[in-house]
Amino acid sequence: MKYEIILSGKGGQGLILAGIILAEAAAIYEGLHVVQTQSYGPEARGGASKSEVIISDEPIDFPKVTSADIVVALSQEACDIYAKMVKRGGILILDEDEVQKVPEIEGRIYRIPFIRMAVEEIGKAIVTNIVTLGSLIGLTEILSPESVIKAIENRTPKGTEEINRKAFELGFKAAKGLA
Amino acid sequence: MVELLQGNEACVKGALAAGCRFYAGYPITPSSEIAEMMAVELPKRGGVFIQMEDEIGSIAAVIGASLAGARAMTATSGPGISLMAENIGFAIMAEIPCVIVDVQRVGPSTGHATKPSQGDVMMARWGTHGDHRVVVLSPSSVSDMFWLTFKAFRFAEMLRTPVILLSDEIIGHMRTDVELPDEVEEEIPELEDVPSFHPFGGGKRYHVTGLVHDETGFPTNDGEIIEKQLKRLIRKIERHRDKITIVERLNVEDADVVILAYGCVVRSAIRAMYLAREEGIKCGVVDVKTLWPFPYEVVESEFKLIVPEMNSGLIADDLRKVRNDVISITKMNGEIIYPHEILEIIRRVSN
Repeated sequence: MKYEIILSGKGGQGLILAGIILAEAAAIYEGLHVVQTQSYGPEARGGASKSEVIISDEPIDFPKVTSADIVVALSQEACDIYAKMVKRGGILILDEDEVQKVPEIEGRIYRIPFIRMAVEEIGKAIVTNIVTLGSLIGLTEILSPESVIKAIENRTPKGTEEINRKAFELGFKAAKGLA
Repeated sequence: MVELLQGNEACVKGALAAGCRFYAGYPITPSSEIAEMMAVELPKRGGVFIQMEDEIGSIAAVIGASLAGARAMTATSGPGISLMAENIGFAIMAEIPCVIVDVQRVGPSTGHATKPSQGDVMMARWGTHGDHRVVVLSPSSVSDMFWLTFKAFRFAEMLRTPVILLSDEIIGHMRTDVELPDEVEEEIPELEDVPSFHPFGGGKRYHVTGLVHDETGFPTNDGEIIEKQLKRLIRKIERHRDKITIVERLNVEDADVVILAYGCVVRSAIRAMYLAREEGIKCGVVDVKTLWPFPYEVVESEFKLIVPEMNSGLIADDLRKVRNDVISITKMNGEIIYPHEILEIIRRVSN
């Protein structure tokens, strides 16, 4: 098995961290091979930001995504650039509010209001990336939710376990409602 | 224990395993994680981390620490290594071991801070003035960032000279699953033409200078001694090349076409090689990890030679000294070379 994933959006949305969490969940808790890379602009916030994760049961030579099984886009700009990377039969996951112009692809498209859910139901936009991870796992089941929750705990500050777990479950359930 | 580590983090672990206890630097993308992690890890081990006012001060502090007997390093990117150039020459002339990491980004000048490039290969080779040799290592994986940093300290000490670890944004920022040791035991051999050490301030008096000096350390006007000293500085590296050359060969034995690559482009080359093999083309990869002194012997064979680089073809151009049929692939847009871009050329040359 091999999954190529792109998490894209604006700088500051936490997508690079989301990529690191996916990679850590796969490598440490599921014993798989992973490569995570990132590309971002020189800005601290705003600008296009992308995190790429490849997960495989075999060693990975080339570290960049060439044909994506899953693309997540949390901004229109990111969607415009990366939606075309989704391979035939792949999955495109969009923020319902941010991405208004939905492209046509030969695959499935899911639209979930990640940012709105983070703000309205958790009260913090900062957990948008964790809500997104919850939905990604709910929709694709590429890793077990437990592995991802453990990786979230490793990679986020102490004291945020509860809020992150809630955010993950929120995204996970929203996805299950759609899938 | 399997860990998820970034290239820059693996570099720090390699340095610590080699006994590095002093870091002076000025943070710069895409090398900053090295400073960040050193600031956390060195004090735990009784080491010293210091953020200097700039890169000139950084390399000067590293040279000072090394003179006093500490294993010392700094890390930067293109704009910083430009500032370090003069003092790297000082360390070569005064024979002070140290490790300088350059995580390459697009240059010249500020260039592009967050995009990868391999534009510094000649800067690493010739960045400081005067006729000299330099040792430059080029990692192509996260585990290389560990092992080549470890080796950089060994080579620097063994040869009493600065060693540059020339990485790039992709390898520096890439995270993979790796399993690395905390401690590594390895003897450092005493080599001919390399003078012995005594830490500065350790009870013996001696003179340190960037002027050409005689064996007592004092400057000389004697042309014979000048030439003898400069030739020895070159010879001490040249004659021990067998101890510092690291090259990995993949499927080269039966290859009609060989891709020679270094740094992140090795990853593209390996994928392209497998794709070519699926099409029945006998293709191999040479991963040159010791970039300088360059191991020219690896290209002295019958195969067709492709050299993909994220610069204007700097190493390909240099290789034309030894063979005039080098096929160069170049890319300078701040993106990695994709495997299909190499595969296209492999198909063309093997027809």
